[in-house]
Amino acid sequence: MNGNSTIAEAAIRAGCQCYFGYPITPQNELTEYMASHLSRKKGCSFIQAESEIAAINMVYGASLVGARAMTSSSSPGISLKQEGISYLAACELPAVIVNMSRGGPGLGSISASQSDYFQATRGGGHGDYRTIVLAPSSGQELADLTHRAFDLADKYQIPVIILGDGMLGQMMEPVEFKHEAPEELPIRSNALRGAKGRPSRIIKTFTSKPAELEEINWSLFRRYQLIKKEETACETFLVEDAKLIVVAFGIAARIAKGAIKNARTNGLKVGMLRPITLWPFPSEKVKGLAKKTRHFLVFEMSMGQMIEDVQLALEGKGEVSFYGRPGGVIPTPSEVFRVVSRLYHQKGLESAK
Amino acid sequence: MRKVYTRPRLLKRVPFHYCPGCGHSVIHRVMCELIDEMDLHDRIIGIPPPGCSVFAYHYFDIDMAESAHGRGAAVATGIKRAFPEAIVFTYQGDGDLAAIGTAETIHAANRGERITAIFINNAVYGMTGGQMAPTTLSDQVTTTTPYGRDTNIEGYPIKMSEIVALVRGAVYIERTAVNSPANIRKTKKAIRKAFQAQIDDLGFSLVEILSPCPTNWRMTPLESWQWIDKVMTREFPLGVIKDITGKTDAD
Repeated sequence: MNGNSTIAEAAIRAGCQCYFGYPITPQNELTEYMASHLSRKKGCSFIQAESEIAAINMVYGASLVGARAMTSSSSPGISLKQEGISYLAACELPAVIVNMSRGGPGLGSISASQSDYFQATRGGGHGDYRTIVLAPSSGQELADLTHRAFDLADKYQIPVIILGDGMLGQMMEPVEFKHEAPEELPIRSNALRGAKGRPSRIIKTFTSKPAELEEINWSLFRRYQLIKKEETACETFLVEDAKLIVVAFGIAARIAKGAIKNARTNGLKVGMLRPITLWPFPSEKVKGLAKKTRHFLVFEMSMGQMIEDVQLALEGKGEVSFYGRPGGVIPTPSEVFRVVSRLYHQKGLESAK
Repeated sequence: MRKVYTRPRLLKRVPFHYCPGCGHSVIHRVMCELIDEMDLHDRIIGIPPPGCSVFAYHYFDIDMAESAHGRGAAVATGIKRAFPEAIVFTYQGDGDLAAIGTAETIHAANRGERITAIFINNAVYGMTGGQMAPTTLSDQVTTTTPYGRDTNIEGYPIKMSEIVALVRGAVYIERTAVNSPANIRKTKKAIRKAFQAQIDDLGFSLVEILSPCPTNWRMTPLESWQWIDKVMTREFPLGVIKDITGKTDAD
């Protein structure tokens, strides 16, 4: 099954009731799958919206009344959705937003890229907010993290971004779906359903009193602290004896893994850290690894964005190198292997203790 | 003694922030009466996007949520699709519905979304201090058309209701005004019909209301009522623009 369809099927099995999208390559299979499988499902709704902006605002509407709702797009379309994501974050509304990112800036290319890292992990729209960002790196993880995205969105009343890329979206892989679609989901207790038998309810942030908005911001911030504590996730690979640790996420981690296996067979002690949540970033884990390993190579399919989070986490305690290919170029495992072994030798790691 | 008038039950007991002579308070009042009379309180949801009326949720005692500027029709669509039992309305100004929200409005209408747009046309951006709106009349002076709207440069007042009437999913569109007791009664009747079209599952309905803005028009309330009659209705004639609610086929 291709990655885009995997996300769609996993979303339906997570109880996604509403999908609103707009065509953009390389994520169209997701929208098309929803058109085939969600649009005629009882109690569900699918709309091919007139724009990305309309789609995210439809998601906002569906979330207001307590439905599990989702939209998907790719980089230029995600830029358009930022207004709506800011409103979702402000009004503490759950939603799942998929970005199967492609090369940028501008219209860019339709090839896989990771250059939306900053946009995804720094809020992306206006205002002081964050969203949870999940970075799958395989077909199976696309399924598992999509399910998890809906649960996290509901648990913390927050928009969750799934940051994939065009390659993950197009790749065919075997997938096991671990959940059946629920018969019925409970309606969120704070949803707008009409003021029947209860006082009327307002969902908004706009206020003429700055102190009121400050309180909303503090309340969001406290929740973000809790999410950092509870939900940070990452995978480590052969880090125990590593003299060099590659930090990579998503499809880049998949490529790096091949390079690291090759390095190991050549006797180079290289490991990998793969953040699964990009926000919250596994800073503590990075810091912990620096106690035993001094050298880190950040590998991204961009000019270097996640590297800033690695540097912040290390607080100057490790040495950080970078290798990146922007613009939708897909590096090969052998290319990354060459970079790894060159760095290994340059830093004299063969002889290091 | 016979009671001839009472404050609507669904109008919260708080003072309006609107300027003296503004049409919003009158429209709020008739809508609150109507929601009560039509027994919609239990299932109605209102969306007031930015504009002077963004604070409408302080006055309507019903479920309401804010929306981004111009996105009311998309938000209302999401609500209605996820919760079809709801009666959903947007309460949008001319800048909101006829400029930044043009696409959302036309496409929601074209899909025949079962929602109702209450479209307040006062020919200016009120909340931001009286700039040119898409509905600003030719030669009208605003803060961004200080020499009067020159149609050669700034284009023409847009007739959004007539444009929306062209799409097949729109079933009921009427333009009214709130500048006289008779017109206020007609406005209430039009909104009732628009809500009824939604209740009857027929399609998209819209009521455009010409509403005075004495502050930004630099007029007294009375002058602004007269200006609607003498000037505004010549560009925006009152009356039913489209009504196919009686037919079963939406064309």
